[in-house]
Amino acid sequence: MSLLRHSATTLLSQMSDGKLSSVELVQEYLEQIERHDGRVKAFLRVDAARALKQAAAIDDRRSRGESLGPLAGLPVAVKDLLCDEGQLCTCASRMLADFRPPYDSTVVAKLKAADAVLLGRTNLDEFAMGGSGENSAFQVTRNPWNLERTPGGSSSGAAACVAAAMAPLSIGSDTGGSIRQPAGLCGITGLKPTYGRVSRYGLVAFASSLDQVGPLAGSAEDAALLLEVLAGHDPRDTTSINAPVPRYSQTIGQPLAGLRLGRVREHFGPGLDPEVSAAVEAAVEVYRSLGATVCDVSLPHEKYGIATYYIIAPSEASSNLARYDGVHYGYRTDERAMHDELAAERKQLAATIGKRDFDAQADAVENPLLRMYRQSRSEGFGPEVKRRIMLGTYTLSAGYYDAYYVKALKVRRLIANDYEAAFRSCDMLIGPVSPTPAFKIGEKHSDPLAMYLVDLYTVGANLAGIPGISIPCGRSRDGLPIGLQLQGPAMSEERLLRSAHMFQRNTDWHLARALLD
Amino acid sequence: MALTREQVEKVSLLARLRLSPDELDRMTTQLTAIVGYVDQLSQLDTTGVEPMAHALPLVNVLADDVVQPSLDREAALAAAPKHDDECYLVPAVLG
Repeated sequence: MSLLRHSATTLLSQMSDGKLSSVELVQEYLEQIERHDGRVKAFLRVDAARALKQAAAIDDRRSRGESLGPLAGLPVAVKDLLCDEGQLCTCASRMLADFRPPYDSTVVAKLKAADAVLLGRTNLDEFAMGGSGENSAFQVTRNPWNLERTPGGSSSGAAACVAAAMAPLSIGSDTGGSIRQPAGLCGITGLKPTYGRVSRYGLVAFASSLDQVGPLAGSAEDAALLLEVLAGHDPRDTTSINAPVPRYSQTIGQPLAGLRLGRVREHFGPGLDPEVSAAVEAAVEVYRSLGATVCDVSLPHEKYGIATYYIIAPSEASSNLARYDGVHYGYRTDERAMHDELAAERKQLAATIGKRDFDAQADAVENPLLRMYRQSRSEGFGPEVKRRIMLGTYTLSAGYYDAYYVKALKVRRLIANDYEAAFRSCDMLIGPVSPTPAFKIGEKHSDPLAMYLVDLYTVGANLAGIPGISIPCGRSRDGLPIGLQLQGPAMSEERLLRSAHMFQRNTDWHLARALLD
Repeated sequence: MALTREQVEKVSLLARLRLSPDELDRMTTQLTAIVGYVDQLSQLDTTGVEPMAHALPLVNVLADDVVQPSLDREAALAAAPKHDDECYLVPAVLG
């Protein structure tokens, strides 16, 4: 059996038993990337030399009997928005096309300390804004199950590379569904942890009260392995939770007796594709057959989730992205062209209104610094990022702040309260990840609002700060994966992973890899 | 509520963006649609609801008042589009 079919957990034990070297393993994945990524386009950059060098160093240390980290020798792909000192970190934006951060994000530092091999950087919607990967300034990632379809987003490459067996583990980020939705559309496992469980230090900020980093993998067992490394308190992130990290990978095999699942009524309403509905209902039956009890629960404010999210996330984004000013780092417009344009504007204005009036209206032509900011930002950001900056600037502006931003914060409270009430009668919520299987590339690209609605079932967890996991639970007639979502109360990752593993021990949807089957 | 092109242009100034006439037209249509959608929140009665800015019950994190090592100037300047040995350089503001 090809190495590419093995789980990360199995590969790890093969390496520690001396049956497999990290160099052999990395070589195998590099060959798979070489064979298929020309079409899938999951990776923005693969640094084969660096990966092989890291792998050789780990093999060498192993042969000398040195103690190694918990991911020793395993290749991991990283979404291109987590800082890795001295390496490009583009966020799939022209704005940061040449940006090399001067420090490591905590997540990358933890991967290095765990002796993981950094395989490459995966594609995303620009600054993680989008649900299809089409907003990347550099390339469009394709769903390995059907190259005409989107892998979802924003962690598009992160999900596609695991689905195509081009990496056993990968790191994504989830602000409104960006780990769970692509994991669902690509037929893999993806977990968004509790807000604050994983450090955001060195994660390029999109919406700071919603952003969370998490694992994508071939199974819940592999996701547990990776989350155990990523999670933990970080004094550099003031929103990081100071609580011990459970040994997720040790407890994963323990089934949950008396599991109470809440079937979210609002997640089975109009708009849900019948094939998705049937696959998710079948998954509910699998849990029932394993001894779980299932009851119907209601999240009455869930229908306001997208509207709430599309006020809060752009508001925070418009503030966060104000840092891209063409001064400190990132793109700056061509100054000579800018000065020439300003000179022409001044000349034209003087000709129109006369010299005396012109001197009195010196401010009528924009000052060069302000023009530099505006021109740089307009050339550096793509359309969706500009749209969200505009939307957020509007909802935060004088006269609209209370009607939009504060209103959304109040509804956010109502949404969070709904979850709290639901978790009084059940341990976990069960439902679909996305309303439909993977849609066609281009299908929603020209209609921003239609694209926003793909996150209908996932934004709630970000607004409430709770964890959610996406696991494959079926395939459509067209052969496209269908995802199942489980959501639990804050800090319930251990139970989510165990519940997901229970399902995966009794089904084989998670074993399929697009380009191997 | 429909946004006007003038409103959108004003927001673009606040957002430090410079939009082309085409972009302004497109943005006016798209923002009108999105704002129209999010306006549904106004139907909800939220009297007495405490705004929730954050998912965690946050408390202030205090650090000892001790100087810690931080990024040195050279590293901080290295990624800037234009800089000298000490400063970021920007276009002259005063003529």
